[in-house]
Amino acid sequence: MPDKHLSTQFDSELSSVSSRVMEMGGLVESQIQQAIQSLGQMNAELAQAVVNAENQVNAMDVELDHEISSIIARRQPTARDLRLLLAVAKLTANLERAGDEAEKMARMVLSILQTGTPRALPVLELRVASDLAAGLLRKALDAFARLDTATALAIVREDGLIDQEFDSFMRVLITHMMEDPRKISPSLDLLFLAKAVERIGDHAKNIAELIIYVVKGADVRHASIEEIEIVLR
Amino acid sequence: MNQKPVPQAKISVRDLNFFYGKFHALKGIDLDIPQNKVTAFIGPSGCGKSTLLRVFNRMYALYPDQRAEGQVLLDGENLLTSKQDVALLRAKVGMVFQKPTPFPMSIYDNIAFGIKLFENLSTSDMEDRVEWALRKAALWNEVKDKLRQSGSSLSGGQQQRLCIARGIAIKPEVILLDEPCSALDPISTAKIEELIVELKQDYTVVIVTHNMQQAARCSDFTAYMYLGDLVEFGDTEQLFFKPTRKETEDYITGRFG
Repeated sequence: MPDKHLSTQFDSELSSVSSRVMEMGGLVESQIQQAIQSLGQMNAELAQAVVNAENQVNAMDVELDHEISSIIARRQPTARDLRLLLAVAKLTANLERAGDEAEKMARMVLSILQTGTPRALPVLELRVASDLAAGLLRKALDAFARLDTATALAIVREDGLIDQEFDSFMRVLITHMMEDPRKISPSLDLLFLAKAVERIGDHAKNIAELIIYVVKGADVRHASIEEIEIVLR
Repeated sequence: MNQKPVPQAKISVRDLNFFYGKFHALKGIDLDIPQNKVTAFIGPSGCGKSTLLRVFNRMYALYPDQRAEGQVLLDGENLLTSKQDVALLRAKVGMVFQKPTPFPMSIYDNIAFGIKLFENLSTSDMEDRVEWALRKAALWNEVKDKLRQSGSSLSGGQQQRLCIARGIAIKPEVILLDEPCSALDPISTAKIEELIVELKQDYTVVIVTHNMQQAARCSDFTAYMYLGDLVEFGDTEQLFFKPTRKETEDYITGRFG
């Protein structure tokens, strides 16, 4: 928030919410990074750390919701303040779910390690999509902090790429499963893992749409790329 | 956000300029006040919102060095140049002020007084009309057993509803409310706001308020004024969610000053 309210207290409440939500974003980002690493290295310790971080993310989600409802109750925000607070409330929900997906990824890594056939699986292909999704979430958070609608539009476009990656990865997995029925169980784990990656991309896209909501006051959740372009013109 | 169609105008303001002596208080105002809707005027003190309201029933004509230029069309007739009697105009365009102003007479006579100026009703018709007005103003149940008591014996909120009843009693077309709740507690305020929403079924309501939340709660259209200019006028929901002008947004979010 570059410009100031008459009430400096209101300003500091808003900037507290903004910095807390970015802190939460950072936490979720590192959770996802660790989950990807644990997948690449098939490292149980790292995977367990991701699972353990979940409580912290949940606590921040609850705390932020409380801060936001308190501001709404006491300040009755309007216009861009109202849009920002509503968007931050939804942003935290998306971050919390992205954290859940990171946890799912880590749990799948642990499960694959337990069944004990990691080497023969197409883990590498999944890393590409994971990095894409993690990068997209980071970009979405950066863009939210700067309320950058041009980047928001780019993110909505890029999420389509992750969805394509997911589809082709699924085809690869099906081939593996048909070749060797003993790989079915770990492949299913990997499929759930891939789904979690795809969902992280969706959350990044949701956050990008929230940026447009804050800046333009338009709800573009169910709009096509072309319709979003018209809103941003 | 869907743009709602703007209904028919009851009052059309065209290039209105207003002067207090040399002071230019309203600068080229253009706007249409829609019929059977509540239109709210907001803005900081001295922005001209009360001045504009006072033009609508020529209240300014009481003062010699105040003058209005331009057009204010009530159903197409320019009331600035109209030969129409101001008393008749004010019967059509009623006004309620910030502080409740009951006449120093009984509750019943407070209502009957204005009616007698314009109509010659039989006692029973008059009783019916007084009851009708008090019911419309949501005051009847509270005063029906003490109609002969003084109007000033009522609470502030009741007095304000009495003034609204007095305005309604002569069956106006437009009701102007200048800060009608600023002296009232939240319960009385809620009752008046409830009343405002009901009144628009029969009348065109214009309200000036410093309480932005009040404008947001009970109006259909809102105008933001600043230093004698009309900055933005539009659908209330739109104006409080995503105003088109930055000045409006700064004011309603409290970034003004």
